[in-house]
Amino acid sequence: MKLLLKGARVIDPASGVDGVRDVLIEGDRIARVDMSIPPATVPGAIVADLGSALVVCPGLIDMHVHLREPGYEHKETVATGCASAVAGGFTAVACMPNTNPVNDSASVTRFILKQAAEAGLARVYPIGAVSKASEGQELAEMADMREAGCVAFSDDGRPVATALLMRRALEYAGMLGLPIIDHCEDKTLAGDGVAHEGFHASQLGLRGIPGAAEDVIVERNIVLAAMTRSHAHIAHLSTAGALRAVRSAKERHIRVTCEVTPHHFTLTDEQLMAPLAYDTNLKMNPPLRHVTDRDALLAGLTDGTVDAIATDHAPHHADDKRVEFDRASFGIVGLETAVSLSLDRLVHAGVIGLGRLIELLSTNPARILGVPGGRLAVGDAADITILAPDLNVTVSAASFRSKSRNTPFDGWPLRGGVAATIVGGRVLFVNPDVPQASALGRV
Amino acid sequence: MSDTAARLRGKDLLGIADLTASEITLILDTAEAMKEVSSRPIKKVPALRGKTVINLFYEPSTRTRTSFEVAEKRLSADTLNIAIGTSSVVKGETLIDTALNLEAMSPDIIVLRHASSGACHLLARTCKAGIVNAGDGMHEHPTQGLLDAFTIRERKGRLQGLKVAIVGDLLHSRVFRSNIYLLTKMGAEVWVCGPPTLMPAGIELVGVHATTRVEEAVEGADAIMMLRIQLERMQGGYFPSLREYFQVFGMTPERVKLAKPDAIIMHPGPMNRGVEIASEVADGPASVILDQVANGVAVRMAVLYLLAGGGEHEAVA
Repeated sequence: MKLLLKGARVIDPASGVDGVRDVLIEGDRIARVDMSIPPATVPGAIVADLGSALVVCPGLIDMHVHLREPGYEHKETVATGCASAVAGGFTAVACMPNTNPVNDSASVTRFILKQAAEAGLARVYPIGAVSKASEGQELAEMADMREAGCVAFSDDGRPVATALLMRRALEYAGMLGLPIIDHCEDKTLAGDGVAHEGFHASQLGLRGIPGAAEDVIVERNIVLAAMTRSHAHIAHLSTAGALRAVRSAKERHIRVTCEVTPHHFTLTDEQLMAPLAYDTNLKMNPPLRHVTDRDALLAGLTDGTVDAIATDHAPHHADDKRVEFDRASFGIVGLETAVSLSLDRLVHAGVIGLGRLIELLSTNPARILGVPGGRLAVGDAADITILAPDLNVTVSAASFRSKSRNTPFDGWPLRGGVAATIVGGRVLFVNPDVPQASALGRV
Repeated sequence: MSDTAARLRGKDLLGIADLTASEITLILDTAEAMKEVSSRPIKKVPALRGKTVINLFYEPSTRTRTSFEVAEKRLSADTLNIAIGTSSVVKGETLIDTALNLEAMSPDIIVLRHASSGACHLLARTCKAGIVNAGDGMHEHPTQGLLDAFTIRERKGRLQGLKVAIVGDLLHSRVFRSNIYLLTKMGAEVWVCGPPTLMPAGIELVGVHATTRVEEAVEGADAIMMLRIQLERMQGGYFPSLREYFQVFGMTPERVKLAKPDAIIMHPGPMNRGVEIASEVADGPASVILDQVANGVAVRMAVLYLLAGGGEHEAVA
């Protein structure tokens, strides 16, 4: 099968391309990227005349999702999570190990990959646990998990428990050439907090999680990354202090990278008050922070300190959210809102350009995890996302492909969306609201 | 002074934060008429006859639950008490399911006490019945705030321009939050004081003066409000000992002397004598602690009447 994507604006930061190009896909590979590929020269190809309002870019990679399988299939499965991913423009996701059982062994890793292969949608890169059962005691079998397909290690949901464990994890994962991804939160400072410690939590009588709980562990990890010369990646960075620490570490050439979520660059703790006080879809960990933290994240997205945008897609059943705020589960789904929020709040708001956005959503996640993709190179697998930056969308939780609906963005009007998602040359999602992409629907 | 509203805007009383100054004045004025009812030989009016009020208490409470129950009976409402331990809560039913089951019996008002901040908001969004917050977690205890204001106004004739000192565990106190919202809305000068470990972050943004020096808070005050210190806070490492707490923050006769000569001493109860307040102060002539209890009934009658009675406060007399 041949598919010719014609006339779109092609942006591939890895090769420095930003301009109108034609892209030819043959089978599961990218066959050509050229100024002009006349259809007559590729007989039998399906031609999609996209036009320059659409953007063809390397497939987006969400390096932080929770697919919930095995163990929590009522919230999400590998298949529904992958369906959600392709509907959100992601050709690949990296899934956290806090399933039940925890992905702390090659057999669980293989199970996840088998489910992903059966689903046949987005590519899935499992992240293994740092410690057995993520209990923070003994290292999990990292080398075996790497053999089975893990691309990084994390005890996400909780921090790597102690400085000693983090040191050893960095040393051991460093031998394997893989990063440690840490959920940075000092549990003694966070206590049983449920919202960012500050004026709004004080007003609502919600127990606070101070920004310092994150800063302290980010600083710890930077010190240990420097000491071990290994790669530490900061998950869902949310505070100005943590961002400052990462910026300074990068100036000192310490191997630290970080990601930011769309909800942390869009929302602040003020939203806990209104329009819907105590909305449990605003409960996440790390919590929505102060506006000065949010503004620092925007600055970090602009100046390059932030390496990636990741969703921390955290599906929960409605039952887990329709309870008192302090009893509700932490987290929101993000795969099907990330692109629209990023285009609306970052690109159209003038925070960053489209090229930088694609770096954050594709080029850099591929580099950090050491996985294929993140570029449009001839001969590579045809993992391609087509964006419609000017499409007006209204978020509709009811039509999510995810099994869960826990989002604070339901009903939000946003500018920018996904036109189509292609994985390995297979067109897996076409947005019916984008007429220029309709030819892809016939593939 | 602010104008008096003709009625409350919502079906619920979730917190003082949602009320305007004129609504607060309406409740306090209505409570004056209700207080008169409590002084009659027959302490009952038919204002809520045929109305059903459910007191749903997820936390143990003697004072507040009793006060609501007396208020409901004096208004001739049919009342029903549900306390944790006697309900299906122990079987793991969710708050929403419990509320929907109760709602099926068509109550007019549900009075809710719950350990989680925001529990009343959750119920108010789910139920057709009016929800009255009888204390939600660390958030608000609006009828306590109203009865405190009623007591101050009764003694001082006004709230505007008064200096009120609130001393104690501010962080965990819903009484504190309702009081600061109410007093600042009504134009009082509010000083709050406690150990820095028990001071809520950013609280000065509400428009109160925060200090860790109790003398500064109390100096020239018209009213001093002490908050209960719980033993668990010491065990939680917020301060070293109850003994030291009393030394640094306890309300002693010497400290009371720094306030205005006619200052009143308040406490929402239950008191820890010798921890946050000396017995000489609690039982002294300036203490209005028992007045607060009596006024609690009048204020709760006013709130229930305004929410379920459907009329203006003149209609009651």
